[in-house]
Formats: sequence, C-alpha cells, structure tokens
Amino acid sequence: MYTEKVLEYFHKPKNLGKIKNADGVGKVGNLACGDMMYLYIKIKKEGKKEIISDIKFQTFGCVAAIATSSAITEMVKGKTIEEALEIGKGDIIDSLDGLPPIKIHCSVLATEALAEAIYDYLFNNKKPIPKSLEEKHKQIVRGNEMLAERYEEWMENQQE
Amino acid sequence: MKNAKTKKRIYFDYAATTPVDKAVIKAMLPYYTEKYGNSASIHSMGVEANKAADKARETIANYLSCQISEVFFTSSATESNNWTLKGIAAANKDKGNKIIVSAIEHDCVLNSAKYLAQNGFKVEFAPVDEFGFVDTKKLKEMITKDTILVSIMHSNNEIGTIEPIEEIGKICKEKGVLFHTDACQSFGKMPINVQKLNIDLLTASSHKIYGPKGAALLYIRNGVKIEPLLHGGGHERGKRSSTVNVPAIVGFGKALELCIKEMYDERLRQTKLRDKMIKTILKKIDHSHLNGHPVKRLPNNINVRFDFIEGEALMMELDSKGIEVSTVSACASPKLESSHVLLACGVDEKYAQGTIRVSIGRYTTEKEVDYFLEVLPEAVRKIRSISPMNLREDF
Repeated sequence: MYTEKVLEYFHKPKNLGKIKNADGVGKVGNLACGDMMYLYIKIKKEGKKEIISDIKFQTFGCVAAIATSSAITEMVKGKTIEEALEIGKGDIIDSLDGLPPIKIHCSVLATEALAEAIYDYLFNNKKPIPKSLEEKHKQIVRGNEMLAERYEEWMENQQE
Repeated sequence: MKNAKTKKRIYFDYAATTPVDKAVIKAMLPYYTEKYGNSASIHSMGVEANKAADKARETIANYLSCQISEVFFTSSATESNNWTLKGIAAANKDKGNKIIVSAIEHDCVLNSAKYLAQNGFKVEFAPVDEFGFVDTKKLKEMITKDTILVSIMHSNNEIGTIEPIEEIGKICKEKGVLFHTDACQSFGKMPINVQKLNIDLLTASSHKIYGPKGAALLYIRNGVKIEPLLHGGGHERGKRSSTVNVPAIVGFGKALELCIKEMYDERLRQTKLRDKMIKTILKKIDHSHLNGHPVKRLPNNINVRFDFIEGEALMMELDSKGIEVSTVSACASPKLESSHVLLACGVDEKYAQGTIRVSIGRYTTEKEVDYFLEVLPEAVRKIRSISPMNLREDF
C-alpha cells in the first residue's frame, strides 16, 4: 500500500530529532488517529530574507506520518518563510510518489506542523502574522488542546 | 527493501489466516477436476459429491459432539454470524426483540447487531473486564424476558482471551435464551463440546485451521428456529441455498481432521512458545504491557503494547526485517478508530495505539521465535527514537 519512497523516508528519516533553542516549534496532532508531530525550525537572516536554515522533526504516528514529516523537512530547508508557507499537502504527496487515500490527512498534519512552527517564530519575535496563518493557527489550537489532554501523562514525564 | 522481499518471511499472523496444508490441497483437488458433480444432483457424480461433503460434516459433528444434521456449511464466518443474528431475530420475534452481544465481538457480529438495532430490535452489549472476560453476573442481569439471543465469542481474535463459555451456556439455559458463540479462533485448537457447554449455535471457519478460504459452518441445534439468509434452491436442508462448495468443504473437513490429530501436542508446543515470547518481551522492553489474560488465552496469541509509539510503524519496521505481525492501531484501521476490544477492556486510547498482535501456528519454529525476540527490542527502540514522547535515551 505504501510507495517505495514512503518506506524509504520511514526507514531512513531525514532531519530527525530536536533543535535546542529552536526559533520556532510547531506541535500538532490529529484527533482522529491520535498522531502527534513536532517540528523545530531555526531561522537565519540573509539580506532582507528570512531563511529556514535548519529544521528537525519528531513524530508519534504511523509510517505515513513519519514519512510526511520527514519529507516536509527536506522540502523547506533553505527556503524563505514565504516559500515554506506555500507548500501544500499535494506537494508532499507528490514528493512521496503518492499516499494511500486514508493517509492523506498525515500530509495535512505535516503542513500544519510547519505552519505552527512558523507562527511560533513570528509570534515570539513580534513580527506581523499573515491573516491566513493566523486563521490556520486558531483551528489547529482547538484540536491540539483535546489531544494534549490525552497525552498529558506522557508529556509530563518528558525530559526537557 | 529488496532484501526483505527475497528473504524468507516469518509469518506471525495465523489469527488472520493460515496457509493451506498440503494434505488438505491433495484431498480437495479431485473434487475440482474429476468428482466435480453438483451435490444437489441425484445422479452418481452428484451423490459422490454429496457424500464427500457429508464426510466433512461427520468429522465436524464428531468434534463438536453434535448431530450430523446440525452442521450447515456457509461461505464464511461473516456469513454464519450474519445468518445467526438476522435469522434468529426474524424467526423468534414473536418471543421477544432483545439481543445481547459482548462488547468485544468481531465486527461482523457487532455490525449485524447494529443492523438489527436499526430495524426495531433492542441490542445490548455485555461489558468485559480488563482481561476481556465477559462479566457473567452483569450478563445474567441483562437477560430479560424479551431476550431471544445471546452471542458471545468463544475466544477473542485480538487479545486471545478465552471466554467462560460453560458458565455463559449455563446461564442462557437457565434463562431459556438461545446461545450462539463465534468459535473461529478456538475451533480445532481445543476440544469444544456443544452439549457440555450448552451451545445452541456455533460459528467456525476453514481458513483459520489450514483449510481453504470460502468454507465455514454454522452449527444449529435441532429445534432452533432460524430463518434462512439466502433463499433459493433449498440446499443444506432448505436452510442455506447456494451450490455447495464441495472441494472447499472437503478441505475444511480434512483440515479439522489434521488439527484434531495434533491438537494436544500442538497446544502444548504453542503455549510454550507463546509464554516464552510474552515473558521475554515484557522483560526485555521497558514500558511494554500484555493485553488480555496471561494464561486464559489462546495458545497462539501474543498481544502486547508499547508506550510512546504507534503500532503500524512498528509493524512495518518488523516487516522490513521479514516478520509479519498485525496491528489494531487507529492509524491502521480503515475508520481511523482505536480497537473496540482494547477500549472495552478499559485500555486508554493512547495505550491502545502501540499495540501489535503476534499469532503463531503450526509452522512456527523456535528459531523464528528467537529471531523475533532478538529483532523486536531494536525495532521498538528505533520507532521510539522518532517519537517526541520518548522518555529517556536508554530504552
């Protein structure tokens, strides 16, 4: 059911892990299946542009969730914030040579994680936030609160 | 990935289906090419085919301690279970309209029950405890005057729990309600005596016992009123029309014969392997838990969960090492829902996620088990290293 590309990303995930002192962190989850995705980004200024210089991920979820989060990190590394926000679920699915229909939501989750990481960076640095991103953020937060409750116990035990 | 495909696979999904035994194939073949008569025909070839199906019926009747005339062949366990619920409901609606099924039944029982609920019947779900045992005290209270049928599986397909069938049978007999059991996972693995257990209807399937797919049975105690599901030419004594799938039924009978022959030894051998796996997994891997009961479980079922990870990812990691297991995680389910069995046992949704089922069988060797036990901790460690919920580095 999975393409070779998906399995490749799953078995050899790129940009796996955590960035200490990340400039932005996106933590999102899918209420339906219970997946959780964390994206950490580092931002560097190049002239007037702000570039995503480093990005890492951690995922609690299935093969597709791991593959899509790994794929998005590769796609946005070195891109400007504006370019990164342009990436949609279709781009991720294409880069993986397709996803089973029931797993499409995993690619949505990856774009949401990225949006949240960027939102986090913009918010922390008191930078203007695009309206569409602001709206996306509101939707995501609602779902996350419900998931946070589910995994509360595990989160509390986490080592900082 | 190439390696995984060419390497010998280790099949640990016997609860899903089994390979057909070579002796079974051999017994079936003549009924495709030489003795292909329609068992409903009264010419010689028809009679020959009918006799072959009846021989299988006899093997089954002997095993279940019932009459030959009480065994009806169907195409699948799903059909047998649909037939039971819908057929009993339709034929007994003058007596009452309540049906009780356990909360951990297979989807084909649950969804048949839900269908009946949409069509005017009252359906209630008998709760289970943390191990998956039906609460018999509660069940007794649930059976009221308007109850016509209780359907509780002999053993659970996911967590392997063997239900207190004798006690449930006794309760149903006392209360005067029909008792059906879906025995797909137990059939051929342990003795089942429908008289001793007071079972009125029983479902079993061929492909779970090294027989072909497409053959199953419903035992119906003489005198039980049931409407047919399939109407037609009146096969199976008017109860189940359809040209009888003689070759598959011959295979089913042969498969059961072989299971009976090795039952005692195999049960012992598989139980030993099962216990070795459970013990080693729980010892070697931190934050791992057993689902179901440690002892009162199928000899071939191991169902374990690992915190902080999701089952499908672990299943696919094992797949790349040549090991085939199954998972009931929400991610792997077509409805993206956690296992109704684990939830009914009170397992929290987050814990239900990291569950895999390992089911062994006739061709499982100790060497395969040892390889699995060697590979599993590393596979769990790898998937945990991807998860943000990783507790420590030293898993």
